[in-house]
Formats: sequence, C-alpha cells, structure tokens
Amino acid sequence: MNKIKSVNDFVVKFANVNGSGSASANELFARAILRMGVPVSPRNIFPSNIQGLPTWYEVRVNEKGYLGRRGGCDLMVAMNPQTWDADVKEIEPGGYLFYDSTRPMPKSKFREDITVIGMPLTQISNEAYTDVRQRQLFKNIIYVGALSALLDMDPAAIGQLFGEQYKGKEKLIDSNIKALHMGREYAQSHLNCDEMGLKVTKSDNVGNKIFIEGNNAAALGCVYGGATVCAWYPITPSSSLAEAFQKHCSKFRVDKDTGTNNFAIIQAEDELASIGMVIGAGWNGARAFTATSGPGISLMTEFIGLAYFAEIPATIINVQRGGPSTGMPTRTQQADILSCAYASNGDTKHVLLFPEDPKECFDFAAEALDLADRLQTPIFVMTDLDIGMNQRLCEPLEWKEGREYDRGKVMSAEELEAGKDFGRYLDVDGDGIPFRTYPGTHPKRGAYFTRGTTKDRYARYSEEGPVYVDNMERLEKKFETAKGLVPMPVTRKAQKASRFGVLYFGSTSPAMNEALDTFDAEGMHVDAMRIRAFPFHHSIIDFIEAHDHVFIVEQNRDGQLRGMLINEGGLDSAQLIAVLHYDGTPITARFIVGSITDKMAAFGVTHNVTPLKKVAQ
Amino acid sequence: MTYIAKPKLHHPTLATNKLGFTRRDYEGAISTLCAGCGHDSISAAIIQACFNIDLEPHRVAKLSGIGCSSKAPTYFLGGSHGFNTVHGRMPSVLTGANLANRELIYMGVSGDGDSASIGLGQFAHCMRRGVNMVYIVMNNGVYGLTKGQFSATADKGSKSKRGAINNDSPVDMVALALQLGATYVARSFSGDKAQLVPLIEGAIAHQGAAFIDVISPCVAFNNHPGSTKSYDYVREHNEAVNRIDFIAHREEITTDYAPGSVQEVMQHDGSILRLRKLHADYDAHDRIGAMNYLQEHHAQGEVVTGLLYVDPDPEDLHAHLSTSARPLNTLNVAELCPGAGALDKINASLR
Repeated sequence: MNKIKSVNDFVVKFANVNGSGSASANELFARAILRMGVPVSPRNIFPSNIQGLPTWYEVRVNEKGYLGRRGGCDLMVAMNPQTWDADVKEIEPGGYLFYDSTRPMPKSKFREDITVIGMPLTQISNEAYTDVRQRQLFKNIIYVGALSALLDMDPAAIGQLFGEQYKGKEKLIDSNIKALHMGREYAQSHLNCDEMGLKVTKSDNVGNKIFIEGNNAAALGCVYGGATVCAWYPITPSSSLAEAFQKHCSKFRVDKDTGTNNFAIIQAEDELASIGMVIGAGWNGARAFTATSGPGISLMTEFIGLAYFAEIPATIINVQRGGPSTGMPTRTQQADILSCAYASNGDTKHVLLFPEDPKECFDFAAEALDLADRLQTPIFVMTDLDIGMNQRLCEPLEWKEGREYDRGKVMSAEELEAGKDFGRYLDVDGDGIPFRTYPGTHPKRGAYFTRGTTKDRYARYSEEGPVYVDNMERLEKKFETAKGLVPMPVTRKAQKASRFGVLYFGSTSPAMNEALDTFDAEGMHVDAMRIRAFPFHHSIIDFIEAHDHVFIVEQNRDGQLRGMLINEGGLDSAQLIAVLHYDGTPITARFIVGSITDKMAAFGVTHNVTPLKKVAQ
Repeated sequence: MTYIAKPKLHHPTLATNKLGFTRRDYEGAISTLCAGCGHDSISAAIIQACFNIDLEPHRVAKLSGIGCSSKAPTYFLGGSHGFNTVHGRMPSVLTGANLANRELIYMGVSGDGDSASIGLGQFAHCMRRGVNMVYIVMNNGVYGLTKGQFSATADKGSKSKRGAINNDSPVDMVALALQLGATYVARSFSGDKAQLVPLIEGAIAHQGAAFIDVISPCVAFNNHPGSTKSYDYVREHNEAVNRIDFIAHREEITTDYAPGSVQEVMQHDGSILRLRKLHADYDAHDRIGAMNYLQEHHAQGEVVTGLLYVDPDPEDLHAHLSTSARPLNTLNVAELCPGAGALDKINASLR
C-alpha cells in the first residue's frame, strides 16, 4: 500500500451524528491547528435537521493557505455507523480511517488500500464517566486527544483553547483537559502513531488573520455601518446573522446612562413583513437591513420593486443556498443572482455586492448601508452558505477611525426654510439621484406622498406617459451612477499575455486562487478578474473584450452572471464560456482546473496553443 | 386623473386652533373617490379630529396599502408625509417607520380587502406587537377599485350588487383586534361624524395600538338592499354602546349625568375620554366582556359601535424593545459605531 504521507497538507473529515455535540470538539481540532500557525479551512456539511441525521465536518489543513474545499478525504474520523460504508469509500487510496472500535466490525467493512486505526472510544468514555450526556460529549474530546497524538499536534494549544473557551469556569477546563489527555495517552500507549503519515508541524502562515463566520462578520458590518433597525424571519443559512447582530448590539449599542437600546430588532411574521419594516424604517431615515436567503427573496420581491421605484434605502443580505423553498437549505449555491438583480415586476435593476470572504462580508455590509442611502435603493449583499456559516480564515476586520456615514442627499429643515427647491424626484445635479426629506422635517415644506410610479418630479400624482418615461430614464441614470460607487473588480494578470480570461465572484475566490496558482505552475496563462458588484463596471466589459475566450465560473446551473454579462454588456455569447458547479457542495480548485483545462484543450486543437496541449494530455 | 391643487385662499373668518392652523391646513388634495363615498366622510373626520386636538400636520406620517381606502390619505393632511405601500402590507411599513422615529404620530389607513384579506397576517401581527399607531379600516365589504367583488368582511348571506350571495363567514376585525391585544378598539360609522371624530381624537392620544373599524358604505357597489354595509342597513342596525367626548385636559364635568352613566378614562398623555354610556352594562375596560358582548349582539344582527375597549396605560412596541427615547433616525456615527479600538479587540478574540 502506498500510504499518503503529508505534513501540513491534507483533509480530515469527521462523520458524526447531528446533535451529538461533535461540532465544538471538531472546531477545537481545527482551531488547535491554526494555533500551530497552519492555515485550516473547515466546512460543516449538515442536513436540515436538529438531531439524529448524519453530519460531517471537513477540515482542510493547508500550509500554503488555500482555503477552498479541496475534495477527497485523507483521514476519515468515522463516528457514525449510519454512513459508515459511504464514509469508508470516500477515503483516498493510501489514506486513513480512524474509528470507534468498541464494537468489533467485520473485515468486509474495511478496505485493503487504507490504514485502519481503531480505538475503543465508547468503552473508554463509559468507563470514565457515568452521566450519559458526559459520556457522549467527552467521547468527542477523547477522539480529539487521540488525533492530537496521531497527528503530532501540540496539546498545549488545545489546553489554551479550553482556557479561553471556559474562562472563569475552572471545573470545565479541568474536565476537558482530563478527557483530552485520556485520549492522547491512550493513543500514545496503545496505537502506533508512526503509522499515521499525516502530520502537523508548527509553522508561521496564519499571521494576524482571524477565524470568523461570514454571517458574524456581516452582522458586525451592520453594527459598524450604523444599522439601527433589523427585521428578519428565520431561514437557514441566514438566521445566525440576525442573531449575531442581536448579540453585538447587546454589547455595543446599549446606552450606558439610560440602559436603553440604540437599535430595534424584530423577528417578523414572514419575509414580506421583514422587508416591509426595513422599507418603512429606511423611508423614515433609519438605517435598516434584513438577512434572508433565496426563498425569502422570492417573498420580498414585490416590496423590493416598490423600494426601487419609490427610491427607499434598504440593505438585504442574501445568504444564498440551494433552491427552491423545499430545496437544499443546508447546501451552498450562487443561484439567486438573477432573482435579485431584477427582482420585481416592472423594469427594475438592483445593486448587488459579491463578498469573497468574511472580511468582505463585514466591509460590504457597512458599504451597503452607505450605498443604500446614497443611491436611495435596495442594495443586496450576495453572500452564501459556504462563507456565511463556516469559519473562514481572513484578514482582520478594519474600521478607519473617523469614518463618517454617507447619508446621501437628505434635505434639512434649514435648507427647506431657506427656500431651496425640493422635488422628491427631481435630478438637480445630473447623477439621477434626487433629494429626499425625512417625515416630520419642516412644518410647511418638504412633505410629499410616496408612491411607486404615477408621480412627477415633484411627487405629484400623474399617470401621463411622458412623466412615467421621464422618471424611468432618471432611474436608469441613477443605476449608471452606481457603477462608479460600487466596489471595483479585482484583476490578476497571468505571467504572460493571454487570450484567455476567467471571471468569477463571491465564494468561488479561494478555489479560484488555488486554481490560478496551478495554472501558473503549469505554464497555462489565464488572466483573471473577480467581479465584486453589479452594475458591471466598464472595466469588466473591457476585460472581456481584451480576451478571445472568457470563462465565467459560477455556482449555479444556468450561468446566471454570464447571462447578465451578455445582456448588460451587449456581448457575444460564444465568447463567454460557462464553467458551472452546482451540486450544493462548495466549488473546488480541482473542478475549476479540470473544467477549464478541458475547455482550453478544445481551443488548443484548433488554435494550437502548445502549453495547453501539454496540460490536457 | 390629475393632481388638483386646491386654492390656498380661505375666508378670513375661518376658525383657527391653538397652533393658528385652520381646518383647511389639515386638508389634502381633492378626492377622486365617488361622490357620496363613505371614505370621504372618514377623511373629513380625520381632518376635523387633527384640527380639534391642535396637531402639527408635519408630525403625522400617514401610510396606506392599496385600494380606494388607501388612496384616501392623499385627501387629508397634505402637510404630512404619506406612503402608499403595497397591497395588505401597510402594517409592516408603518412598524418600520415607527421604529425609526418614535416621535411622530402614525396613521395607518386601510380597507377591508387590504386588511382582512391579503393583509390579514400583517394586521394581526402589528396588533400583537402593540405598535403605537392609529389604524383605521375603511370597511365597505367590497373591492371598490376592481368593481364590486366581495371582501372578507362581507357578512354571510349578504347580497352583491349583481345578486350573488356571500356564503363565507365574515372576518370581524374588531373581534380580532381585541383578541390580538390592541389597546384601543372602536367601531364607528362613516355617517356618524359626531361619534367618529372623538374616537379618532382618542386614538391619536392613545400611546399604543389603536384600531378603529369604520363601516363606510360603497355607493358604487355596496349600497343596495341585501347589503349589510349600506347606509340604510347600518343606520337601522347601529347599536352604539357609548358616545365619547375627547377632552385634551381634565375639565370640570358641567353636565349632570345619571349616576353610573359616565365612564372617564385618562390616557397616558393626560387626555380624558368621557364615555357616556348608552348601554348601562357595557364596560370599556373589560376586554373579554367586550368580546362576548360583540359576539352576542352580532348574532342578533346588530352593528355594535362606540369605544369598545381601552387600556388607559398601554405598553407599546418601543417599551417592549426598550428602545432609546431618542428617535433611532437621529443617532449619529459616534453613538452607533463601536470604533476601531473595539474592532481590534474583536479581531484579537478571533485568533
């Protein structure tokens, strides 16, 4: 057998039962490796269930810092008999199986081409603990202890994590450390740790990066960005965002003198109400947001259209998942791009921001609140389950001291008093954005009646065709203005000039970074651009036009962004080649490299691009 | 239809209130509803009530859904911000607006289709939450703008203009409001301004969820024999349990009332509701009693009107959320942003 031997570069997968308390033990394992200076990227793969169904936690350990899902599994920690067969099958040839050997398993249940390491975890735990819940929870810690011995992990790092997690609860720290060492010592004395070819050694590749879930980071972005009203309806995978907002507000937004809250959070009766509240608050001058997922967007669509036409700021964070409502709520996709970009009846277009990681979830959430006020329109932050619900290593969050909020064009009581002309839908300076007034501003001036359309520049009722067209053209101009305000795309040039380009966005980033490094190493030259927002900046169209063939990598079936590029940019569809991954798992570098290499080989045949042929063979 | 600006000139002897406003200052654009529409009478009652209690028009925000009723806010309080939202969803927009600035007065105007059919859910939940607002349903039992289909408040057995009989049970919004925790619940009739105006005044002064169901005949589609929402039917079956006088501040009772015939309610803002009892056994402080009374009398074919329930010391949504006394929309970056130092600490805790 050719054993996999690797230091600081492998994938460990934990197969558990939902509700067994494994999540915190598995997270502990991942964090301990981070503390050793080795980057990890964990991913929860979980069912739509609270207790009993299978759940997996996949940890990619990668010294180089590649954070995308790799695919495959080098070490399976098989703790769930339900999924045993599939779990054993998934292990790469030469890989490792670690399992609970309390109950003997028939030989037929194993594989010849893997190394099997059994440890009687249940027996050890049952002998040490009498309480049923303790037996279950500490069994998880015992296997972390055993893994720490097998993989050469630093037990001090784990001990330190216990100390931080249970600060002030010394008893819990002691009992966890005891369980950890129980597992570690058993492994050291009973298992042959040398037969494990996967090892972790201390490194220095984590730096000052932080480890955070995108939903938590987005919630912090909303706190920093000045959101005061949050209305939401529970929906996976976005619920933890609103809950994190609540937690941060309880810490940062309670007035020290009065004990009252500088925020209001409503768990609404449905998504229609949550977006309605956001729009009501936005209309009345508070910064407001909602967090939801695709089915929620479907329900909000009428209101989103109203906000577009009535020009009301609203921030909508869409943590995307597989569709439809009874779809894959716990799997990731980028499949709401079209439904958000053009949400509503009538001619509408909405601003979308595509964060790549938790850092950008923070940045873009705060940015969205500014943009919503500046552009007086709904702004979507298009994150997804992969970023939102998994802890991801990213750059530390930053806030420039002294940064002010951009409240946009709001006419004050003083300006109204001074006789400044107020037309709610009047474009005074050519950017398509009119002034607004908050209700209650001035006793005599500045009041207006808010409607969808059927209004003129001074918000007076009108059903006249030319008046309608005038308004629609101004809205179009406003959307044009948005191009210059939204985050710019990020370009990465290939080492040599290339007629191939690739466009990607959002959570595809880590897998794409790795794929691009692979292309570089193989001498395949592909220029890359990461799109960070819709409307598309002209540099995106320029990038496409500068290449003969451009791959558009998306995590949906229909190439939604590609369709929008063709439509909005007036581009030739043959020039844009879809690279699509949509099975609900996060896209991998392996998939991207394989898919693009195949497609380039096809061009290589006709265009005779030597390096590509080499790779394709 | 076009926007019609009313002439600003008015008769110099027109009465002014304590703020120096005339009744005209509380008007809006000219109504485009049908001549004789009950909704116009309700708009007139709102105008009168706001004038009477010396309200600053710009401190009112008026919101509506979709339908004839929801067009009405254009026709009163032209100096207020208004918002014509989407069908059945005014309550959520009003709730959000209220969260943003608790200092304004929120008037939600809706219809029976808007609130009892498409918007029943939002109606229910804003009552549950105790949003501080005046929620007026202009209730005519039909869809007017789409030409006369039954709405969910149409009584079982009532007849449409085209002769169709409604077989579905009606939604009683007053009963719902009582059950769902509204703290000021009234029913009135667009044709009884003397009753309606003080009910609106009391509702505005009320610091919680105030609901007024106003039966408002649709002259175009629901004012015929066989309708239970026609002028004639309501006049014949109207059973007022009380008449109320709204008194901004406590004054001596100068009229002699029979013992037990007057119930005085002092609301949180110090205003008084003086209920002259027309039914001696009716107690407007008894929520459960009110629910029973309404059911019994509805079964007898009566339309019970008056102030049906009031909690003089209600709690509103802001109290439940313990929101800052200062409107959220006035808070600035210094008050909202935890700052770079706090973020450094957060970063440190995430390593």
